[in-house]
Amino acid sequence: MTRAAVVVFPGSNCDRDCKTAIERSTGASVDMVWHQDSDLPAGVDLVVLPGGFSYGDYLRCGAMAAQSPVMGAVRAAADRGVAVVGICNGFQVLCEAGILPGALLRNAALKYVCKFVELDIVNGQTRFTAGYGGRRDAMMTVGNGEGNFFADEDTLDRLEGEGQVVFRYRTNPNGSARGIAGIVNVRGNVLGLMPHPDRSFEAELGSADGAVLFQSALASA
Amino acid sequence: MKARVEVFLKAGVLDVQGKAIEGALHGLGFSGVSSVRVGKTISFDLPGDDAQAAHEQVTAMCETLLANTVIEGYRVEIAA
Repeated sequence: MTRAAVVVFPGSNCDRDCKTAIERSTGASVDMVWHQDSDLPAGVDLVVLPGGFSYGDYLRCGAMAAQSPVMGAVRAAADRGVAVVGICNGFQVLCEAGILPGALLRNAALKYVCKFVELDIVNGQTRFTAGYGGRRDAMMTVGNGEGNFFADEDTLDRLEGEGQVVFRYRTNPNGSARGIAGIVNVRGNVLGLMPHPDRSFEAELGSADGAVLFQSALASA
Repeated sequence: MKARVEVFLKAGVLDVQGKAIEGALHGLGFSGVSSVRVGKTISFDLPGDDAQAAHEQVTAMCETLLANTVIEGYRVEIAA
């Protein structure tokens, strides 16, 4: 059986959503890992950093969480090639930890944005998007106040040139540079995205497109 | 020793809070105001009396936690 782990920070609020979404869409067993733990469960195939407001977003979104003990284990797992997905606040944590490039700024219109967004699947060849089978679009929801992806122009050019831009908004909801909604690291095993696959994993939720992301991530495990 | 750290968004990084405040100031009639930027101040006490060592220590704090150097710059002041 494939195994996933969801990291729980103080202030995470999508941790149980992630667990349910992964269980229902993949059948994997899901362990919850407290941020003070310095180890992940042995043999884990997928690590998810969930959405929420870790440490109340104090200082900067994800800044304190990026320094917590569990992140050493997450970094080591990423270095071993384990699939890691950071969703929303989890994406902010990965950027703050320097595991992914760039940063998430306050939304350009200063508004918290909570709605369905249509996404272009810019790179369908990653281990997270292979399951979309050549589909070029996906529908998920966003819910963020600081989801405005920023990186300097050289970094943005490199991300685009290396196929590291995975998802792009069809209509930019928050001012993200070049409409970027999700990126992978150079090796392609760490994904950060602001949209929530964990809130769009069954048709009853308005879209089941998020399920494919979890299925893809674990299919390659 | 007293440490005081100022953290601010780098030039070129859109400061939407600054923009909102600028708009509000214009609305109040302070029409000449431009280039509003919002930062934060973090102050704390440190033991010892070696200002140079304290400065180095606080700089390390800025690099690892207090500032995100992708988007922010910082200034460190140490006082007795």
